[in-house]
Amino acid sequence: MNDRDSMKPGDLLLPVKSFCRLSGQIIAPLSFEIHAFSVKFAYSLTRSAYMEQNINFEDIFESKLAKNDFIEPKDWMPDNYRKHLIRQISQHAHSEIVGMLPEGNWITRAPSLRSKIVLLAKVQDEGGHGLYLYTAAETLGVSRDELLDALHTGKAKYSSIFNYPTLTWADVGAIGWLVDGAAIMNQVMLQRSSYGPYSRAMVRICKEESFHQRQGYEIMTHLAFGTPEQKQMAQDALNRWWYPTMMMFGPPDKDSPNSENAIKWRIKRETNDQLRQRFVNQTVPQAEYLGLTVPDEKLTWNEAKQGYDFSEPDWVEFKNVINGNGPCNKQRLKARNDAHKNGAWVREAAAAYAKKKGESTAVAA
Amino acid sequence: MSNALFQYTLRLGDSSLILAQRLSEWTGHGPFLEEDLALTNIALDTLGTAKSFLEYAAQVEGKGRTDDDLAFFRNEREFFNPLITEQPNGDYAKTMVRQVIMDVYHLYLYKELAKSKDTTLSGIAQKAIKEVTYHVRHSASWLERFGNGTDESHQRAQDALNELWQYTQELFETPGSEKELLAQGVAVNLQDIQAKWETHVDELIRKANLKKPENVFMQRGSLDGIHTEHLGYLLAEMQHLPRMHPTAKW
Repeated sequence: MNDRDSMKPGDLLLPVKSFCRLSGQIIAPLSFEIHAFSVKFAYSLTRSAYMEQNINFEDIFESKLAKNDFIEPKDWMPDNYRKHLIRQISQHAHSEIVGMLPEGNWITRAPSLRSKIVLLAKVQDEGGHGLYLYTAAETLGVSRDELLDALHTGKAKYSSIFNYPTLTWADVGAIGWLVDGAAIMNQVMLQRSSYGPYSRAMVRICKEESFHQRQGYEIMTHLAFGTPEQKQMAQDALNRWWYPTMMMFGPPDKDSPNSENAIKWRIKRETNDQLRQRFVNQTVPQAEYLGLTVPDEKLTWNEAKQGYDFSEPDWVEFKNVINGNGPCNKQRLKARNDAHKNGAWVREAAAAYAKKKGESTAVAA
Repeated sequence: MSNALFQYTLRLGDSSLILAQRLSEWTGHGPFLEEDLALTNIALDTLGTAKSFLEYAAQVEGKGRTDDDLAFFRNEREFFNPLITEQPNGDYAKTMVRQVIMDVYHLYLYKELAKSKDTTLSGIAQKAIKEVTYHVRHSASWLERFGNGTDESHQRAQDALNELWQYTQELFETPGSEKELLAQGVAVNLQDIQAKWETHVDELIRKANLKKPENVFMQRGSLDGIHTEHLGYLLAEMQHLPRMHPTAKW
């Protein structure tokens, strides 16, 4: 059992407990001290007080990583680890919220009652994922308002895939099949991420994402085995979404500035190129089953590596989309900003009402 | 009998379908994330109820049409949803006032329909009551917040009430074709629920410190398939894909 499992929220002895196991020499005096004082007092010991006793927080942190223990919100962590996580989790949260837009674009036009219900539920799930992830990011000491502000002002990034337009109903299928399929590759890995709240959010998210991928593949199946026009719609969607989906794993390992630390800290556990390869290996047979053609003339099975050789996406386009020049960047950001601005009076009314209600309750009491 | 039951069920289905279509326009654009999720949930419930009614309508009609045929292959003049359900969302106050009016209506409608001699209708209603009870709590709490929140929210809620009140009377109109169903204990007596609806809505308006609109000239027409201009656009958007590919399965 992971020693995290035996801890309750707010259990403040945790950092010290882990340290004691790590370093045999000073275990006795330290544990004596800890047990001699109340838990509250132990927590109130400042970092510098610990430092005077030769406690090396970095060693504690590293030893947890080495033991596959989770890092929890109250644990000490290097500033860069915290920054990296805030950036990654909030980007992930923003991606879920912005990701509601391209698919939401088809809710009112879904071609059957069942597909409308399923799509509504799916887009709602994405919003729910955004909510867990904002909450996970908040455990790192940043507020949702700050994160949203960064999104609305264009400072924060989100998955570049959502800057591509959903032009036909087949695009809704392609997003579920390809985009959610690629997201699952990432997210399954992130279930084992070193940061506890992120890892736990991912466990829940992954369950729903695998349902989404099946939903997408079901739409593609109906289209690919439907009328000639439907099949053409499906092929067109695959043509347009294939390379943007490949970009979702990020730049090639040799050009990925954040990957090294992410792997070292076990925030990520596989490289961009490894995940991309896995995605291609998994997706090509699915396309073949549908009778659709992956738009890559270089795609061939490589017996030696037991995987496909394939063409790289256009990394110049990738950089441009990330930097705000994709087909829908401005539109997506505007939609988020409009919703936030149009909702301002609603949030103000709720706050004003809660305040009045609180005051009247206080008076009554 | 079966034509009257078809018409009756169809109207119930249309009412939920068109309202759900409007609600679903908010998904991804709500005033904050939790509220976006809540309203989408309500849209989902309402759409589920619509699907159940339309499936039953198609079965009662017995001409081989499906729920999707009824939703996507009828024209504007063949829809019987109350006018209020097709009104554009406007701001969040307008959407919530429309919800208060419809949620309270559905609550009493389904409570009566749950006693229907038609077991399918009563089954659908029984399931819907649980959902609508939550919907009433949701929209009523927003009306109270808006009415008592800020000056702006109060004004927006009052404007929405003033605008939408003209569509409330036709909710309680009963077409001649329903008389037989009423006598058989299949249909709901709308006169009975009107009194309950009024008492409940009056109380919500009072708690929100808003004014109930008076001397309003009431609009009508949906019983005859005569709608506001908004329905045509809503249907054009909702129906275009299946109509472009009439033989396709989705």
